[in-house]
Amino acid sequence: MSSTETPVKRATPVRESAGPAREPRRRGRPRIPALALNLIALVAGIGLWAWLASLGIQALPGPAAVADKAGELIADGTLADDALASLRRVLIGFALGTLLAVPVGFLMGWYPVARGLLEPYVQFFRTVPPLAMIPLAIVLLGIGEVPKIFVIFLAAFLSSVVAAFQGVVGVERTLIDAARVLGAHDGTIFLKVVVPASAPFILVGMRIGLGSAWGTLVAAELIAAQEGLGYQMQKAQLYYDLPTIFVGLITIGLLGLLMDRLLLLAERRLTRWQETR
Amino acid sequence: MNAKISFRDVSRTFPMKRTTFTALDEVSLDIGDEEFVTVVGPSGCGKSTLLNLAAGLAVPTSGEVLVDGKPVTGPGPDRGVIFQQYALFPWLTVRGNVEFGLKLASVPATERRRRAERAIELVGLTDFADALPKTLSGGMKQRCAIARAYAVDPQVLLMDEPFGALDALTRVQLQDQLLDTWSRDRRTVLFVTHDVDEAVYLARRVVVMAARPGRIQSVIEVDLPYPRTEAIRLSPEFARIRNAVWTAVYHQTPAATTAA
Repeated sequence: MSSTETPVKRATPVRESAGPAREPRRRGRPRIPALALNLIALVAGIGLWAWLASLGIQALPGPAAVADKAGELIADGTLADDALASLRRVLIGFALGTLLAVPVGFLMGWYPVARGLLEPYVQFFRTVPPLAMIPLAIVLLGIGEVPKIFVIFLAAFLSSVVAAFQGVVGVERTLIDAARVLGAHDGTIFLKVVVPASAPFILVGMRIGLGSAWGTLVAAELIAAQEGLGYQMQKAQLYYDLPTIFVGLITIGLLGLLMDRLLLLAERRLTRWQETR
Repeated sequence: MNAKISFRDVSRTFPMKRTTFTALDEVSLDIGDEEFVTVVGPSGCGKSTLLNLAAGLAVPTSGEVLVDGKPVTGPGPDRGVIFQQYALFPWLTVRGNVEFGLKLASVPATERRRRAERAIELVGLTDFADALPKTLSGGMKQRCAIARAYAVDPQVLLMDEPFGALDALTRVQLQDQLLDTWSRDRRTVLFVTHDVDEAVYLARRVVVMAARPGRIQSVIEVDLPYPRTEAIRLSPEFARIRNAVWTAVYHQTPAATTAA
């Protein structure tokens, strides 16, 4: 899978273990397409799940029961409502987080003074898991939408601010010099050189940020939520409603995967110029 | 002859842990209008520092650098710079790179396109105008960088080991191309290199520098006619001057008896 690739160090790693001895064998055999392998794994996984459920372990619901439940939740609209509520929180938190992270990261990378002032806070809060902020968020911000979005915002911000900062620091000096000798001033250099040159880093930071934001969602929805995937699963837990929990889990997984792929697509488009590709 | 670029008692030092490193020690040099001057010397002799001072990318610790009689206060489009590492913007196509400086100068779109096209044609990259730098060879990248510098029509070209990373054949081709262009537009060129042959082949004057501290060791006139051709490159006259420069570069007197 290529889900964790980053623009840095993309150069193909030398795999010692593969060794030359394996080469001819691999070349000789027709390759099964990766997508087919993915499908086989998926079918096998569901089969295994159905088999385990049929054994009656811990009242585990089978795929059919979960699919029934999903159909039911889709039909009465609760799944869509919950997914939308969750998506809204994540997207607002993520958007605010990255929107702030990019300028703050740029400031830190561009001005040593800003870096000196901001870095202690960024580094400190990076080591505090955003979930640990929930008690504080409830006390200070109440139990409405604000604390939930705040925690998600924090998760997204902290993971992408460092990426943006690294991106700016990593911009090649000669590119900036090249722009300066063509007559560019600081503002232009920033917009026309620093921003595009650090775009690959920022996009990776955004993907990590989105992952963190999504990962914080369910916990954030434990704060007295009225709707949302996390809330629905929490409620299902009280009623021992395992199929609903499964539907929630699968929905969270699928939506997360979808958003990650969308960002990956954007990343590919925006950084096609990179040498290392 | 009017001096286009003047270095007047220019020193440049860098503070080190305990001492200071003298990259340039009271260097004085005049480069005439339309002149092609190469600077050659061992590494650490301050030849790139000299070029950066003229480009305005570095400031002298003491002394002054004048271009057209005016002190250099920073980089500007009147002085085109070609870097050894090409320094192309990798997210822009060849055309985008070449138009970069023109956009900064607010040249109107149609005029911009025309000038970029001409610069691209000059370096023979017309077929690659819409290619991204990553698809180009080293020689093509450097030609693109040269086109980018030409496009804004600078009066002075400052070239910092521009062909240093290229193979011998490409290097010779680009040298001839550069001389060909220079013979037509007669821009003042300050060209830094570590290749003695290149220094002699291109220049009217070769400035030989010495290291620790960085200073001018000697200035050697190249009394060969332009256009320079392969016949000149293989002539005994060329060999004689080349040997003189070689000796000056590789058998330098130590710093204590500062030669000038």
